Amino acid sequence: MTDTDKKKDKRKIRAAKKMREIMTTYYLDAMTARENNKKVAWITSGGPVEPLIAMDIIPVYPENHGAMIGASKMGEELCIKAEEMGYSQDLCSYARTDIACCKVNGGPMGGLPQPDMLICCNNICGTVLKWYEVQARHFNVPLFILDTPICHTDYSREVESYVRRQMDEYIIFLETAVDKKFDHDKMAEVGRLAFQGQKLWQKVLKTTTHKPSPMSAFDAFFFLALIVTLRGTQIAVDFYEELSLEMEERIQTDISIIPHEKYRLLWDNLPVWYQLKWLSQKFSDHNACLVADTYTSAWCSALKYIDENNFLDSMAQAYTRIHLNIGVDQMADQVLDMIRTYDVDGFVMHSNRSCKPYSFGQMDIMNIVRKKTGIPVVMLEADMVDPRSFSLSQTDTRIDAFMEIIKQKEWVR
Amino acid sequence: MIFAGIDIGSITAKAAFIKNDKLMATKVIPTGYNPITAGEKVFSALLEQTGIDPRDIRAIVATGYGRNSVKFANRAMTEIICHGKGAHFLDPRIRGIIDVGGQDSKAIALDRTGQVENFAMNDKCAAGTGRFLEVMAKALEVKLEDLGTISLGSRAPSKISSICTVFAESEVISMIAGQQKREDIIAGIHESTAARVAGLVTKVKLEAPIIMTGGVAKNQGMIKALENRLGIEILVGDYPQENGAIGAAVIASRIHLQKI
Repeated sequence: MTDTDKKKDKRKIRAAKKMREIMTTYYLDAMTARENNKKVAWITSGGPVEPLIAMDIIPVYPENHGAMIGASKMGEELCIKAEEMGYSQDLCSYARTDIACCKVNGGPMGGLPQPDMLICCNNICGTVLKWYEVQARHFNVPLFILDTPICHTDYSREVESYVRRQMDEYIIFLETAVDKKFDHDKMAEVGRLAFQGQKLWQKVLKTTTHKPSPMSAFDAFFFLALIVTLRGTQIAVDFYEELSLEMEERIQTDISIIPHEKYRLLWDNLPVWYQLKWLSQKFSDHNACLVADTYTSAWCSALKYIDENNFLDSMAQAYTRIHLNIGVDQMADQVLDMIRTYDVDGFVMHSNRSCKPYSFGQMDIMNIVRKKTGIPVVMLEADMVDPRSFSLSQTDTRIDAFMEIIKQKEWVR
Repeated sequence: MIFAGIDIGSITAKAAFIKNDKLMATKVIPTGYNPITAGEKVFSALLEQTGIDPRDIRAIVATGYGRNSVKFANRAMTEIICHGKGAHFLDPRIRGIIDVGGQDSKAIALDRTGQVENFAMNDKCAAGTGRFLEVMAKALEVKLEDLGTISLGSRAPSKISSICTVFAESEVISMIAGQQKREDIIAGIHESTAARVAGLVTKVKLEAPIIMTGGVAKNQGMIKALENRLGIEILVGDYPQENGAIGAAVIASRIHLQKI
């Protein structure tokens, strides 16, 4: 092993191996659910998963699968397949690849395990409604829709009672689907674990306030999978406990994720899954570390609304007031807060062709950030899974110019 | 002390020398197929033109889309920063730059000291760039450099509604078939291109005085269309095409003096 390899090896996060093992086991369990007399529910990424865990139903996330498809660079073919089936190129690439996968058993795992039911919560976007309706027809399984009105300014009593009542309907739906009474004690326990898991995830993400940062947003994109898929389980709690300890250890022993952190950046929107390696190298070459992002922090941003001891009742608010379901001004406030917390030098926005609710207010947020902080902001046009919406040389120039603007502050004129 | 800037664009390669903080000479040649040789060629052509010994050049900065292929340069910088430096060097009053080149268009906002504050570039699409005008000139059987003059004679510009170069070309072909006046079609093309570029200008909120750079700045019809669209005067300097290369040479001098 050369010296550079050794240094690189030291920088590797050990927990990554464990996480891969956990995810493999999770997917194997889901794949063999039928043989083990277990039910599978497909659920949207922002949906309330805790009642499923309490009912011993295995949750499967087509969006997590979409991310895997993107990262395995299998997105283009599957998007083309969906377009051949008649779906528009303007439709979200997670939806397109998922719909196409069902037709051709594609993707890195040859498709997801078939669902027994579908749980769709529109707190992340409106596309999921039609997408899940398509899948409900395709698999001929029951679909539960949880409607969470957008909270442009505040959270009203009407919204609370409207969403809260749907939580009861959700439980009745699950009881009917698995023919089993809902166990409220177990739900309370799952709720506590979900709360703890999110607390720990927040703790992990906050470790990057340290300079130099022990991990980057690119690592957060990877480690996010567990808080999404296994939220409410002891496995997730144990894992994030371990990960946070490793981060603390890295801070103590001065191990940074990039060799020479000089500039700290904030990322907005979903990752560009098929270009993670290139992007991470590109920023690292400029000695820039993406220390935080608005995406992975969404899985702990509603913590303040959760009552650890009464999870079920606080769920309505916690699931309604997530980052993508609030007004642009509030989103901008969260961004400004992150800029301060992580002490960043620049803001990188991914204008994601697929994700309309995430990308729609970006121009306004960009202007607010520029006005209130004066830090440089760059907008990269791409798509999370469909590489046809990404131009390497254009992105390359934009990042170079953005970094030059950050660096020129140091130049003596 | 002499410093050089080399700008490899998609259509032309440019070189500029500055001596004692004064512009000395510039050169423009077609890029051709190979950006590596284009860099070497334009550099030697300017050396020959000025009779300067290459050993007297203290530092070289390369820019443009082919910036990383100029191996003999001391550093590569993006054209955004170079255009900013170039415009500020030639006219320190400039606060906004509209650069329309062969394959991209940009709006660049400068602060009072000539530093880039913000920029916006066209998306993955040739509409609103020099390439778009080139395709249209071909369809109309007009020389690229004559587009501007011809369009100034138009009284009622045609309406091009397609924003895609390929679709706009077929739209133009049907206009030709419909015997619309050539000057009106060309003026329509300029208006449609100006609308795309103006979008970038508004995005970054460019402030006056604004200068236009890039090959397309030589087209009077485009300047007029942009001025009408934005309701603001647009200046064109003496070196619109070479502005990026001049900026690169300025940066080369700053690097040499260890000011960067």
